[in-house]
Amino acid sequence: MRLTCPICGERDRREFYYQGDAVALRRPAPDAGDDPWADYVHLRDNPAGETRDLWQHDGGCGAWVVVTRNTVTHEVLATVLAEDAARARS
Amino acid sequence: MVDLVAKSPGAGVLPVTVGALTLAEVDLGHLTSIAPYVGQEEAASTALKSAHGMAFPAPNRTTGKEGARAIWFGRGMALLAGPAPDAALMTPAALTDQSDAWACVALTGEGAENALARLVPVDLRAVHFKRGHTVRSLIMHMNGSITRIGADSFLILVFRSMVGTLVHDLKQAMEGVAARG
Repeated sequence: MRLTCPICGERDRREFYYQGDAVALRRPAPDAGDDPWADYVHLRDNPAGETRDLWQHDGGCGAWVVVTRNTVTHEVLATVLAEDAARARS
Repeated sequence: MVDLVAKSPGAGVLPVTVGALTLAEVDLGHLTSIAPYVGQEEAASTALKSAHGMAFPAPNRTTGKEGARAIWFGRGMALLAGPAPDAALMTPAALTDQSDAWACVALTGEGAENALARLVPVDLRAVHFKRGHTVRSLIMHMNGSITRIGADSFLILVFRSMVGTLVHDLKQAMEGVAARG
Protein backbone atom coordinates (compact mmCIF):
# COMPACT_ATOMS: atom_id res chain seq x y z
CA MET A 1 0.00 0.00 0.00
CA ARG A 2 1.30 3.43 -0.96
CA LEU A 3 0.13 6.72 0.50
CA THR A 4 0.91 10.14 -0.94
CA CYS A 5 2.07 12.53 1.73
CA PRO A 6 1.09 16.06 0.63
CA ILE A 7 4.58 17.21 1.63
CA CYS A 8 6.95 14.30 0.88
CA GLY A 9 5.23 12.61 -2.06
CA GLU A 10 4.30 8.97 -2.52
CA ARG A 11 5.66 6.79 0.27
CA ASP A 12 5.41 3.29 1.61
CA ARG A 13 2.68 2.50 4.12
CA ARG A 14 5.19 1.51 6.79
CA GLU A 15 6.25 5.14 7.18
CA PHE A 16 2.73 6.00 8.34
CA TYR A 17 0.93 5.54 11.64
CA TYR A 18 -2.82 4.92 11.52
CA GLN A 19 -4.91 6.88 13.98
CA GLY A 20 -8.50 6.11 12.94
CA ASP A 21 -11.58 7.92 11.68
CA ALA A 22 -10.87 11.59 10.94
CA VAL A 23 -13.37 12.45 13.66
CA ALA A 24 -10.95 14.72 15.51
CA LEU A 25 -11.59 17.34 12.84
CA ARG A 26 -15.30 17.36 13.76
CA ARG A 27 -14.96 18.08 17.46
CA PRO A 28 -18.20 19.43 18.96
CA ALA A 29 -18.33 22.72 20.85
CA PRO A 30 -17.49 22.43 24.57
CA ASP A 31 -21.11 23.21 25.51
CA ALA A 32 -22.72 21.04 22.83
CA GLY A 33 -24.24 18.70 25.42
CA ASP A 34 -23.92 15.00 26.24
CA ASP A 35 -25.26 13.43 23.07
CA PRO A 36 -22.92 15.07 20.54
CA TRP A 37 -19.99 14.41 22.86
CA ALA A 38 -20.94 10.76 23.42
CA ASP A 39 -21.16 10.39 19.63
CA TYR A 40 -17.81 12.08 19.18
CA VAL A 41 -16.06 9.92 21.76
CA HIS A 42 -17.69 6.52 21.19
CA LEU A 43 -19.63 6.18 17.94
CA ARG A 44 -17.95 5.35 14.65
CA ASP A 45 -19.29 4.32 11.28
CA ASN A 46 -17.88 1.17 9.79
CA PRO A 47 -18.48 1.82 6.11
CA ALA A 48 -18.04 -0.67 3.30
CA GLY A 49 -16.82 1.91 0.85
CA GLU A 50 -15.33 5.35 1.20
CA THR A 51 -13.85 6.28 4.55
CA ARG A 52 -11.79 9.22 5.84
CA ASP A 53 -8.99 8.37 8.23
CA LEU A 54 -6.26 10.27 10.01
CA TRP A 55 -2.74 8.99 9.44
CA GLN A 56 0.52 10.44 10.64
CA HIS A 57 3.61 10.43 8.48
CA ASP A 58 5.68 9.71 11.56
CA GLY A 59 8.43 7.91 9.67
CA GLY A 60 8.83 10.97 7.46
CA CYS A 61 7.96 14.63 7.84
CA GLY A 62 5.63 14.17 10.83
CA ALA A 63 2.54 15.70 9.20
CA TRP A 64 -1.00 14.52 9.99
CA VAL A 65 -2.81 13.56 6.82
CA VAL A 66 -6.49 12.90 6.07
CA VAL A 67 -6.62 9.90 3.75
CA THR A 68 -9.81 9.14 1.81
CA ARG A 69 -9.83 5.51 0.81
CA ASN A 70 -12.22 2.78 -0.21
CA THR A 71 -12.38 -0.16 2.21
CA VAL A 72 -13.88 -2.44 -0.47
CA THR A 73 -11.52 -1.82 -3.38
CA HIS A 74 -8.54 -0.62 -1.26
CA GLU A 75 -8.20 2.38 -3.54
CA VAL A 76 -6.60 5.46 -2.00
CA LEU A 77 -8.67 8.32 -3.41
CA ALA A 78 -7.21 11.46 -1.88
CA THR A 79 -4.77 12.71 0.73
CA VAL A 80 -4.83 16.17 2.25
CA LEU A 81 -2.99 17.78 5.16
CA ALA A 82 -5.14 17.64 8.31
CA GLU A 83 -4.35 21.31 8.85
CA ASP A 84 -5.84 22.20 5.45
CA ALA A 85 -8.85 19.95 6.02
CA ALA A 86 -9.50 21.62 9.38
CA ARG A 87 -9.13 25.11 7.94
CA ALA A 88 -11.49 24.24 5.07
CA ARG A 89 -14.15 23.29 7.65
CA SER A 90 -13.90 26.44 9.73
CA MET B 1 36.04 20.19 38.65
CA VAL B 2 36.34 16.90 36.88
CA ASP B 3 37.75 17.32 33.41
CA LEU B 4 35.17 15.74 31.10
CA VAL B 5 36.20 14.35 27.75
CA ALA B 6 33.66 14.68 24.92
CA LYS B 7 33.00 11.43 23.06
CA SER B 8 31.72 11.37 19.52
CA PRO B 9 28.47 9.40 19.01
CA GLY B 10 30.21 6.64 17.07
CA ALA B 11 33.25 6.28 19.32
CA GLY B 12 34.14 2.60 19.60
CA VAL B 13 31.82 1.36 16.82
CA LEU B 14 32.89 3.39 13.78
CA PRO B 15 34.38 3.36 11.19
CA VAL B 16 33.31 0.09 9.60
CA THR B 17 34.51 -1.15 6.22
CA VAL B 18 32.96 -4.11 4.43
CA GLY B 19 34.03 -4.83 0.85
CA ALA B 20 33.85 -1.59 -1.15
CA LEU B 21 31.70 0.20 1.40
CA THR B 22 32.80 2.35 4.29
CA LEU B 23 30.65 3.72 7.07
CA ALA B 24 32.37 6.54 8.91
CA GLU B 25 31.47 9.35 11.22
CA VAL B 26 31.40 12.90 9.91
CA ASP B 27 31.71 16.05 11.94
CA LEU B 28 29.14 18.49 10.57
CA GLY B 29 29.90 21.22 13.10
CA HIS B 30 26.97 22.97 14.74
CA LEU B 31 23.56 21.44 14.15
CA THR B 32 20.63 23.80 14.61
CA SER B 33 17.03 23.13 13.73
CA ILE B 34 15.26 26.10 12.17
CA ALA B 35 11.47 26.05 12.42
CA PRO B 36 9.91 29.19 10.91
CA TYR B 37 6.90 30.59 12.75
CA VAL B 38 3.55 30.49 10.96
CA GLY B 39 3.59 32.96 8.09
CA GLN B 40 7.31 33.69 8.56
CA GLU B 41 8.63 31.15 6.06
CA GLU B 42 9.77 33.80 3.55
CA ALA B 43 11.34 35.98 6.22
CA ALA B 44 13.23 32.96 7.58
CA SER B 45 14.49 32.09 4.12
CA THR B 46 15.63 35.67 3.53
CA ALA B 47 17.39 35.78 6.91
CA LEU B 48 19.09 32.45 6.22
CA LYS B 49 20.20 33.70 2.82
CA SER B 50 21.71 36.95 4.05
CA ALA B 51 23.35 35.34 7.11
CA HIS B 52 24.60 32.06 5.69
CA GLY B 53 24.19 32.37 1.90
CA MET B 54 21.53 29.72 1.35
CA ALA B 55 17.77 29.72 1.02
CA PHE B 56 15.43 27.69 3.22
CA PRO B 57 15.27 24.28 1.51
CA ALA B 58 12.10 22.98 -0.13
CA PRO B 59 10.79 19.58 1.03
CA ASN B 60 13.18 16.73 0.14
CA ARG B 61 15.96 19.16 -0.83
CA THR B 62 19.08 20.71 0.66
CA THR B 63 20.70 24.08 0.04
CA GLY B 64 24.21 25.34 0.63
CA LYS B 65 27.31 23.21 0.25
CA GLU B 66 29.72 21.11 2.24
CA GLY B 67 30.61 22.85 5.47
CA ALA B 68 27.45 24.98 5.55
CA ARG B 69 24.34 23.12 4.58
CA ALA B 70 20.62 23.50 5.22
CA ILE B 71 18.94 20.11 5.14
CA TRP B 72 15.15 19.84 4.95
CA PHE B 73 14.30 18.06 8.17
CA GLY B 74 10.57 17.49 8.32
CA ARG B 75 7.43 19.53 8.12
CA GLY B 76 8.29 23.22 8.45
CA MET B 77 11.82 22.51 9.62
CA ALA B 78 15.36 22.59 8.30
CA LEU B 79 18.64 21.62 9.92
CA LEU B 80 21.47 24.09 9.60
CA ALA B 81 24.68 22.05 9.61
CA GLY B 82 28.01 23.82 9.92
CA PRO B 83 27.99 27.40 11.13
CA ALA B 84 26.58 28.61 14.41
CA PRO B 85 23.24 30.27 13.60
CA ASP B 86 23.13 34.02 13.12
CA ALA B 87 21.07 35.89 15.74
CA ALA B 88 18.96 37.40 12.92
CA LEU B 89 17.34 33.99 12.44
CA MET B 90 15.76 34.14 15.88
CA THR B 91 13.07 36.65 14.88
CA PRO B 92 11.31 34.63 12.14
CA ALA B 93 12.06 31.12 13.41
CA ALA B 94 12.47 28.94 16.47
CA LEU B 95 16.06 27.75 16.75
CA THR B 96 17.17 24.70 18.69
CA ASP B 97 20.76 23.59 19.15
CA GLN B 98 20.87 19.90 18.27
CA SER B 99 24.64 19.50 17.93
CA ASP B 100 24.90 16.68 20.45
CA ALA B 101 21.59 15.03 19.56
CA TRP B 102 22.42 13.39 16.23
CA ALA B 103 24.82 10.78 15.04
CA CYS B 104 26.07 11.86 11.60
CA VAL B 105 27.60 9.15 9.43
CA ALA B 106 28.57 8.85 5.78
CA LEU B 107 28.12 5.67 3.80
CA THR B 108 30.58 5.73 0.92
CA GLY B 109 31.58 3.36 -1.85
CA GLU B 110 30.33 1.61 -4.93
CA GLY B 111 27.01 -0.07 -4.18
CA ALA B 112 26.02 2.30 -1.37
CA GLU B 113 22.57 2.56 -2.96
CA ASN B 114 22.22 -1.22 -2.83
CA ALA B 115 22.98 -1.28 0.88
CA LEU B 116 20.40 1.42 1.58
CA ALA B 117 17.85 -0.28 -0.70
CA ARG B 118 17.83 -3.13 1.82
CA LEU B 119 16.81 -0.82 4.64
CA VAL B 120 15.04 2.28 3.32
CA PRO B 121 11.52 2.20 1.78
CA VAL B 122 12.33 5.06 -0.63
CA ASP B 123 13.89 4.81 -4.09
CA LEU B 124 17.39 6.26 -3.57
CA ARG B 125 18.80 5.40 -7.00
CA ALA B 126 20.59 8.26 -8.73
CA VAL B 127 17.90 8.67 -11.40
CA HIS B 128 15.38 9.73 -8.75
CA PHE B 129 17.59 10.83 -5.91
CA LYS B 130 20.31 13.19 -7.06
CA ARG B 131 23.08 14.95 -5.19
CA GLY B 132 21.53 17.41 -2.75
CA HIS B 133 18.26 15.51 -2.48
CA THR B 134 17.24 14.43 0.99
CA VAL B 135 14.50 12.39 2.65
CA ARG B 136 13.15 11.87 6.12
CA SER B 137 12.36 8.20 6.12
CA LEU B 138 13.06 4.95 7.92
CA ILE B 139 16.36 3.09 8.13
CA MET B 140 15.15 -0.40 9.01
CA HIS B 141 12.78 0.51 11.90
CA MET B 142 14.40 3.79 12.79
CA ASN B 143 13.57 7.35 11.80
CA GLY B 144 16.40 9.17 10.14
CA SER B 145 17.50 11.69 7.56
CA ILE B 146 19.27 10.57 4.39
CA THR B 147 20.99 12.95 1.99
CA ARG B 148 22.95 12.17 -1.16
CA ILE B 149 26.28 14.00 -0.97
CA GLY B 150 28.00 12.35 -3.93
CA ALA B 151 27.70 9.78 -6.69
CA ASP B 152 28.42 6.97 -4.22
CA SER B 153 28.00 8.61 -0.87
CA PHE B 154 25.15 9.34 1.47
CA LEU B 155 24.92 11.35 4.67
CA ILE B 156 22.79 9.61 7.29
CA LEU B 157 21.55 11.21 10.49
CA VAL B 158 19.84 9.30 13.30
CA PHE B 159 19.26 10.03 16.96
CA ARG B 160 22.56 9.80 18.77
CA SER B 161 21.31 7.11 21.16
CA MET B 162 20.44 4.86 18.19
CA VAL B 163 23.88 4.76 16.59
CA GLY B 164 24.52 1.18 17.74
CA THR B 165 21.35 0.01 16.00
CA LEU B 166 22.24 1.98 12.87
CA VAL B 167 25.71 0.46 12.67
CA HIS B 168 24.30 -3.04 13.26
CA ASP B 169 21.67 -2.71 10.51
CA LEU B 170 23.96 -1.01 8.01
CA LYS B 171 26.78 -3.47 8.62
CA GLN B 172 24.42 -6.34 7.89
CA ALA B 173 23.29 -4.63 4.68
CA MET B 174 26.89 -3.89 3.68
CA GLU B 175 27.78 -7.56 4.19
CA GLY B 176 24.81 -8.48 1.99
CA VAL B 177 26.08 -6.18 -0.75
CA ALA B 178 29.59 -7.61 -0.45
CA ALA B 179 28.24 -11.16 -0.70
CA ARG B 180 25.48 -10.79 -3.28
CA GLY B 181 25.73 -7.29 -4.81
